[in-house]
Amino acid sequence: MSGERLSEDQAAPGSPADGTAEPGPSPAGGSGRGGRTGGTRSGRRTLTEGQRSERRLALLLCAPAALVMIAVTGWPIIYSVWLSLQRYDLRFPADQEFVGLANYVEVLTSSYWWTSFGVTLLITVVSVAIELVLGMALALIMHRTIVGRGLVRTSALVPYGIVTVVAAFSWRYAWTPDTGYLANLFAPGSAPLTDQASALAIITLAEVWKTTPFMALLLMAGLALVPDDLLKAASMDGAGPWQRFIKVMVPVMKPAILVALLFRTLDAFRIFDNIYVLTSGAQDTSSVSILANTNLIQALNLGIGSTMSVLIFLSVALIAFVFVKLFGTAAPGSDTEGRR
Amino acid sequence: MSDIVLDRVTKRYPDGALAVQEVNIEIADGEFIILVGPSGCGKSTTLNMIAGLEDITSGELRIDGTVVNDRAPKDRDIAMVFQSYALYPHLSVRENMAFPLRLAKLDTATIDRKVNEAARILDLTQHLDRRPSNLSGGQRQRVAMGRAIVRNPKAFLMDEPLSNLDAKLRVQMRTSVSRLQKQLGTTTVYVTHDQTEAMTLGDRVVVMRGGVVQQIGAPQHLYEHPANLFVAGFIGSPAMNFVPAAVADGGLATALGEIRLTDRLRRAMERADAPREVILGIRPEHFEDASLVDDRMRAEGDVFTGLVDVVESMGSDKYVYYALDEKARSAELEELAADSGSSDVPASEGQLVTRLSAVSPVREGDHHEVWFDLGKVQLFDPSTGRNLTLEA
Repeated sequence: MSGERLSEDQAAPGSPADGTAEPGPSPAGGSGRGGRTGGTRSGRRTLTEGQRSERRLALLLCAPAALVMIAVTGWPIIYSVWLSLQRYDLRFPADQEFVGLANYVEVLTSSYWWTSFGVTLLITVVSVAIELVLGMALALIMHRTIVGRGLVRTSALVPYGIVTVVAAFSWRYAWTPDTGYLANLFAPGSAPLTDQASALAIITLAEVWKTTPFMALLLMAGLALVPDDLLKAASMDGAGPWQRFIKVMVPVMKPAILVALLFRTLDAFRIFDNIYVLTSGAQDTSSVSILANTNLIQALNLGIGSTMSVLIFLSVALIAFVFVKLFGTAAPGSDTEGRR
Repeated sequence: MSDIVLDRVTKRYPDGALAVQEVNIEIADGEFIILVGPSGCGKSTTLNMIAGLEDITSGELRIDGTVVNDRAPKDRDIAMVFQSYALYPHLSVRENMAFPLRLAKLDTATIDRKVNEAARILDLTQHLDRRPSNLSGGQRQRVAMGRAIVRNPKAFLMDEPLSNLDAKLRVQMRTSVSRLQKQLGTTTVYVTHDQTEAMTLGDRVVVMRGGVVQQIGAPQHLYEHPANLFVAGFIGSPAMNFVPAAVADGGLATALGEIRLTDRLRRAMERADAPREVILGIRPEHFEDASLVDDRMRAEGDVFTGLVDVVESMGSDKYVYYALDEKARSAELEELAADSGSSDVPASEGQLVTRLSAVSPVREGDHHEVWFDLGKVQLFDPSTGRNLTLEA
């Protein structure tokens, strides 16, 4: 993206010079997609000393960041893709062998994988849906608060400030039979964390409790996009509070809502800590991340574990793709729709 | 078809600040009324109270004889045009204008007919399917007007609708707003800080300052008979000149020299029981180059010779600024200057603005003789600002 823009910028000052110096061959830069490469080439030919050193400086300035990205993000991805194509079990290191897509066939035909996948999807959809509703309510409250605004906002954000594992442990203790206050209150004499349905409900609850403030924060930023005049105009036009919300507020803050949903969906799909602490994936409550961890770290099967990691990566990429392409979520920093 | 009555309407904010104090206005059906004043004078708050966007602390607001203090904006059947236009960015022009009709649950055919009609009046037909973000400022303003007129409401409220336009467009739109209002005959309350807009648009003008109504009247009446110093300084451009004057026997001692008291002034001062110190106000257009004045006019006025500071030739006339030897300005004048902004009241001390004929031979740096019309001179009480010559 930035490369494209760079070349366009350089073609623009270059082309008028072309027009006077050597009329004919070079197409006027940037008139169409086809003309762009031509324009760039002619632009490059006429680069002045200053432009060339500017470009060198630009590359030098970008280089450290690019290198770090390749080292910490690019390489692990490539390495895990490489591992996923091998039979590689650390218990039998001698049997390491390139097996092509055999690991993928194995994982994708395993009922464990599909169970975990279903559990993950369920938790993702349910928790994000609940978070959206609660987060919106919380955001509205925080946005409208006049008295003690700071206190309200801070207290609303407390759950998000607690380390997930710590919060998960407190949820676990609360639901432990006999000693946990929530267990005694709602399910005396039973162990809710040992049953799939109730365990999943508790995991979802813990997830919602923890990340609703984050959702609210993102949505509040969206609420700030809605000018007061717009809401006043809507009430003059005859809209009640609910109509103002549905017909004006939500459409205007749609970009913020989609970004919040995207972030939360990606996060929720990778759910790990809560499940790890609450059930360790027992009773078919493991998410794909838990399953990958079990295979990769506990069973030391690098091949299968990496395959699962790559599949999770692909799923997350697919979710992001769907949000950006289908729902038109603006990727951060690329807001081209002329918004006031 | 509706009239709006504000009966001792007051707005006090929870922190005790008094934004609007005991405003009484009776707006007749079909009238175009302007609320004007410097920023913070309570004009927008008053408008918002009529709209229902702000609560009324005390007093009564009646539309068509019904008290509507506690009615929600949507139940008052009035439309509002905002300074920011407040168009819905996610809707097309057509949908923007149809929005109030859709909320009113009209059928599609009626909505289409009304929107097309409004678009035709406002010359928006070819833009109906565009988004507000793709429109120019003037077009957006027209869409905002369109959204107001489609509903055929009891009244239009306009909150500085032209302030975001550039100067040329503002003059154009001013004319079309005026024409539109005449055409529709809908009661309109229009808020502005621009006295030119107030003078040109309104049937009547309400001048406000510090939450208090200063004067209500037709533009020409406000111009000729301002109730007090503030109205006198606010209405008219360039603003009225104010010169402190002391009553001496048979005349007024001022920086313009000794001014003879005409019968009109003498009677006014006697009737109003004027103090010894007054402020003399005279508009720039009531001056003329003394060499261009015939003897008969000369007898009705007085002359003043001063040092010409600046000459601005406007083509049709000349604005001539005289330097005045004037030290003492009243506190009331200072406050007035601060209130109105430097553009409305001559901020530089000791300056007299005159508007002379274009043929005047006056040159900068000259000592030039200028005539002024004593029949147009107004006197004000420096402590209260009251116009002493009001009923003369």
